[in-house]
Amino acid sequence: MAFALLKYGLGFGKFERQFPKQKDLKDSYDVVIVGGGGHGAATAYYLARDYGITNVAILERGYLGGGNTARNTTIIRSNYLTPEGVKFYDESLSLYKDLSNDFDMNIMYSERGHFTLAHTDAAVRTSRWRAEVNKHLGVDSELVFPDEIGKICPQLNLSQDVRYPVMGALYHPPGAIARHDAVAWGYARGATMRGTELHQKTEVTGITRSNGKAVGVETTRGPVKAGKIIQCVAGRSSLLAKMAGFKLPIKTVPLQACVSQPLKPFLDAIIVSGSLHVYISQSSRGELVMGGSTDPYGVYQNRSTLEFKEGLMAHMLELFPFLGEVKILRQWAGMADMTPDFSPVMGETPVDNYYIDAGWGTWGFKATPVCGKRNAEMLATGKVPEVLEPFRLSRFNEFHQVGEKGAASVGH
Amino acid sequence: MSGGANRLPERAGEWVDRARSVSFTFDGKSCQGLEGDTIASALAANDRWILSRSFKYRRPRGILTMAGQDANTLVQLPDEPNVLADTRAISDGLVVEGQNFDGSLENDRGAYMGLFSKFLPVGFYYKTFFRPRGAWKFWEPIVRARAGLGKINEKAHHGYYDKAYGWYDVAVIGGGPAGMAAAASAAKAGAEVLLVEENPHLGGSLAYARFDADGMESSKQLEALKADLGGVEIMTGAICNGWFEDNWLPVIKGNRLYKIRAKHVVLATGSIEQPMVFHNNDLPGIMQASAAQRLIRQYGVRPGKRAVVATANADGYAAALDLRQAGCEVAAILDLRAEPTNGAIVNAVRDHGIPVHAGSTAYEAVAAKGNRHITAVTSAKITGRGECGSGRDRFDCDLLCMATGYTPTHHLLSHAGGEVGYDGASEMFCVRSVPDGITVAGSLNGSYDLGATIAEGHYAGWSAAKAIGLKAGRQPRVPNDRGSLNRSHPWPIFPHPKGKDFIDYDEDLQVRDIQNAIREGYEHIELVKRYSTVGMGPSQGRHSALTSVRLTADETGQDIEVVGRTTSRPPFTAETFGVLAGRAFEPVRHTAMHHRHLELGAQMMPAGLWLRPAYYGTQDQKTACVEAEALNVRNNVGLIDVSTLGGLEVRGPDAAEFLNRMYTFAYLKQPVGRSRYLLLTDETGVIADDGVACRFGKNHFYVTATTGGVDNVYRSMLWRNAQWRLDVDVTNVTAAYAGVNIAGPKSRDVLAKLCTDVDLSPEAFPYMEIRTGTVAGIPARLMRVGFVGELGYEIHIPSGQGEALWDALMDAGRDDAIRPFGVEAQRMLRLEKGHIIISQDTDGLTIPHEADMAWAIGRKKPYFVGGRSIDIQVARGIERKLVGFEIADPAVPVPEECHLTVRGEEIVGRVTSAVRSPSLGKTVGLAYVAPDQSEPGTEFDIKIDGGRIIKGQVVKLPFFDADNARQEL
Repeated sequence: MAFALLKYGLGFGKFERQFPKQKDLKDSYDVVIVGGGGHGAATAYYLARDYGITNVAILERGYLGGGNTARNTTIIRSNYLTPEGVKFYDESLSLYKDLSNDFDMNIMYSERGHFTLAHTDAAVRTSRWRAEVNKHLGVDSELVFPDEIGKICPQLNLSQDVRYPVMGALYHPPGAIARHDAVAWGYARGATMRGTELHQKTEVTGITRSNGKAVGVETTRGPVKAGKIIQCVAGRSSLLAKMAGFKLPIKTVPLQACVSQPLKPFLDAIIVSGSLHVYISQSSRGELVMGGSTDPYGVYQNRSTLEFKEGLMAHMLELFPFLGEVKILRQWAGMADMTPDFSPVMGETPVDNYYIDAGWGTWGFKATPVCGKRNAEMLATGKVPEVLEPFRLSRFNEFHQVGEKGAASVGH
Repeated sequence: MSGGANRLPERAGEWVDRARSVSFTFDGKSCQGLEGDTIASALAANDRWILSRSFKYRRPRGILTMAGQDANTLVQLPDEPNVLADTRAISDGLVVEGQNFDGSLENDRGAYMGLFSKFLPVGFYYKTFFRPRGAWKFWEPIVRARAGLGKINEKAHHGYYDKAYGWYDVAVIGGGPAGMAAAASAAKAGAEVLLVEENPHLGGSLAYARFDADGMESSKQLEALKADLGGVEIMTGAICNGWFEDNWLPVIKGNRLYKIRAKHVVLATGSIEQPMVFHNNDLPGIMQASAAQRLIRQYGVRPGKRAVVATANADGYAAALDLRQAGCEVAAILDLRAEPTNGAIVNAVRDHGIPVHAGSTAYEAVAAKGNRHITAVTSAKITGRGECGSGRDRFDCDLLCMATGYTPTHHLLSHAGGEVGYDGASEMFCVRSVPDGITVAGSLNGSYDLGATIAEGHYAGWSAAKAIGLKAGRQPRVPNDRGSLNRSHPWPIFPHPKGKDFIDYDEDLQVRDIQNAIREGYEHIELVKRYSTVGMGPSQGRHSALTSVRLTADETGQDIEVVGRTTSRPPFTAETFGVLAGRAFEPVRHTAMHHRHLELGAQMMPAGLWLRPAYYGTQDQKTACVEAEALNVRNNVGLIDVSTLGGLEVRGPDAAEFLNRMYTFAYLKQPVGRSRYLLLTDETGVIADDGVACRFGKNHFYVTATTGGVDNVYRSMLWRNAQWRLDVDVTNVTAAYAGVNIAGPKSRDVLAKLCTDVDLSPEAFPYMEIRTGTVAGIPARLMRVGFVGELGYEIHIPSGQGEALWDALMDAGRDDAIRPFGVEAQRMLRLEKGHIIISQDTDGLTIPHEADMAWAIGRKKPYFVGGRSIDIQVARGIERKLVGFEIADPAVPVPEECHLTVRGEEIVGRVTSAVRSPSLGKTVGLAYVAPDQSEPGTEFDIKIDGGRIIKGQVVKLPFFDADNARQEL
């Protein structure tokens, strides 16, 4: 480590551009990626790195990684319920582990161990179900009981004398957190340095179609032709799909989170309670990063509410009674695209040349690498990779849902 | 002098009580202060200036604002980290520690970090610590331990917090001149007004600033404004910490959260004085001019012995007069402007012979080794924007006051969606738009002239009253010139070759950190923030936003307006978890018989919001208790509380049609006096709930639902009927009825003792029939049911009579060995009968055919919710099937619920229920298997703990009493 910093300290390190200056929009690209968040940037990265496809534009309404990549609470895990889900998220998790080296940028990937607490016998059952599926597929998960929980996370209130005592937990040792912004930056840097263009403050306002095929996009900076288009947005997936001419079975609801002031490290594990609608981890800056379940109504808005943090903290103090005098620094909201089965929508769409990466609800960040990698494969080869196949849009018509509700809600 | 060496003589209007001294400890040493002192003011009075160590470089930090706006003053209390020392009042015996150091606050062994600042460029942690592969695992704990500020006390007790509510016509936020005037005017017009002030006393700038040469104006105006507040409800020491939709305001006072709804809000939140940027601008002894004035006027503390004032406005001169009056020599005024303005205050400064150096700036602060306090300041002539000539003057001093500009306290306005821009004339952020329902006044709105501010306050109060429909009288006039010009210098930023020219104290960020972030391509202001972390610390950019926007504009060649600013989010100041949590109301529902269960020694378990008896007995006797309870139902008679079961009244001419559409079965021809099973599927055909429809009249059904499902069922009934418009009313009567199930071969005998107005004979009241009558004199609905597979009656009665019914039945059954049974025994009994429990034996994707419940689907009706989806899936072929299985060998362990059923590597399903049945003497259960494994007699693999594979054998359901003779007795 010392060398890199020494270089800067002695004045040899240059603050070189990590991103090329934004250029004018060209008339045409081989691939247009709508959405400059983690998923969009990752798609561009693997297209450039693995397939040499760099005549690519990422079009971003705001700034790089400013949507749900910026808003999510960075939990990475693969302890899902369905075999399809477990394989998919586990591929993502293994890509994550190597991302810092891949990027030459430290994404501060930090394995913390992830507990999903169970306060009811139904939750204990679901935990065992997930643990059994995970173990069967080689993913490290175990149903544990209060004695064992207390050994790994002694801070947790395991008293039986509370409204909802902890009866057990799904323990997932590989559960991790990472610096979310760095994931978007690393991907975008790797892509743009290879020739891909990132266009910020460039909003897509329409999808141009001809004979049932998508052929380009309208933007606030003029029209652009495209060989292939993929939408990688969050919070507005349905609106964008509507522009492209098809419907998504998605309901968009706000999801809120908040962060405390920085504190000296006291909590290593990531703690999630579905029954109490609470989750918490401590970032490497020392902040407690916290959230709960989605808001109970659908709205395309990022506004925070008072009720959210009141409810969250009431439950937080049940789990950690000594946090009463710790202070919240900031709260925010993102928009979660919820699908009926709590799994994403990936792959082809009813519109030729138009691909989709959507329906990421509350679980999109952890899937960033696998989405990028497999989207790139799909765009480059024209074939939908096997691991994406279960998440096809048509599954809803076919009644082939990938039911992850038990593993996704509040779990993040 | 009482209360410390720096304490000034007593003066009118100060916030401390000279008569009452308070002692506390700081950093292990005791300290005397006065009642009304904050931690910081008491320490300052005792000439102690270091309050904390900085986040990254561990530099000593002291008072900056005396207004709770900065992270320099964060200290540790035993149970509370990150406490603002400049606003937290002292109390006797308070134990205060510094934060973020090794050793002591005065001598931090970590202070060497400052030497490495060059080696820790912006974003350094992204550039290193990760090679070779796995290195981060080594570095992370080291980096983590360096990060963070205060410490959590894991032994701290859950404190007391609560909440209150308030409703007002007008809420005025900010008790300065504008806010007080606004409150007075609105109240005079007849409005109910709440005035919220974060400090313990009203006044705002009137409580510390000087508006005239002789220093009398502020107290005169303050008294006048206070006298005008009749009828206004005043909350001081209360902070409005955010704005939420429809003027929903969280106001925090101590451990109480007031939730205020106001028809109209006046924001008079003032402004935040901004620091200058120069070398060592963070050292103790350097503070905002307003902080020095607050020390003098509010706490009677002399902020230094010899001061230099660096300024670009008249307020710096006013501060110089205050300092001089407080016995602090003013060595020089460094005026950043080439041509200082004139005026009474400036003239007074000159009359006092204070040297004024126009066109000069503070260039470096000088401190002895350890940087514990400044000893001198060097100045330089300004030769261009941010540039200085080579000549230096040196002024020995222990205080440097900065007064070069302001930024509006726009946070609440921003939460409300108001827009903030940049005004090139005044070189300040300014309010561009204000949403409906809100009015802004005072320096938030760019008013700095005192007369104009008060006039604007009156105007705001008048318009608030008018906005809510009160007759507000004549419109008050507001002067055009509100004094915003010549307050803020456009570029008080003087980068230094040696750095330590801090632009964000919280994060130890220097000028070059912002510049380098932009040079690396992080050009968008949000990316500048996220990459450099500027504004992300505890003070949330109060002192760094303006400078970082200016530097970004400069570096990218854009207008400040185009650069924009990062989003301001709630809360305004940090707020405790406890105050948000309040008393943490956790609703719990008890049935009418709850206390009887406790008396009988029941172990209660949660069932939604309810508590239900799991079994009766001690935890170590659980298995024996459950088995005994179950066997007693089989052999004698048992009693279970089923009050938590959902109850819905469906009435109207279309009641049968309504159920016919909602549920899978057929209800049009259901006879009155009979019950029928109900299975609810959602639109995808997935099983959502079940229950029984009891037809008590042609147009009247009493519908049961599961304990956990009833709220959803009720909601979806209302939702459906909003579309169907059938002539039917639905009411949720769950809480109105208590219910028991008395079950077992002797249940009829017991019931007969208490129920004489219903013929209970099997011929008159057969299985699946329902009756109304009285039991123990209580009006009751009786249903013959068979969930546990024995002769049994559900008895539903008004819940107020639940305990009486329970007692009567327990009494009547004594001779027949009646005993209560809990949920655990019920689950075992129903499993022996092969009855499923929704959401245990089904999941989020189970359709009726998979659960072997095709029999519950009405074949002849045109429609029910989910029907079409079921047809499609059945036509396609189902992929799993729920079967009954048994394991005869007692040596094989009982599989746990959710152990997988597998075929080689493939997961085909899972065990959903399993139990060693005392009645049957073997293990029985339900499991999902592949359809080709579902024939009775087929063996399949179950993967149990440790990966061991055991065999289950499919058997026909039910396991017990195959011809259902017992329940139909």
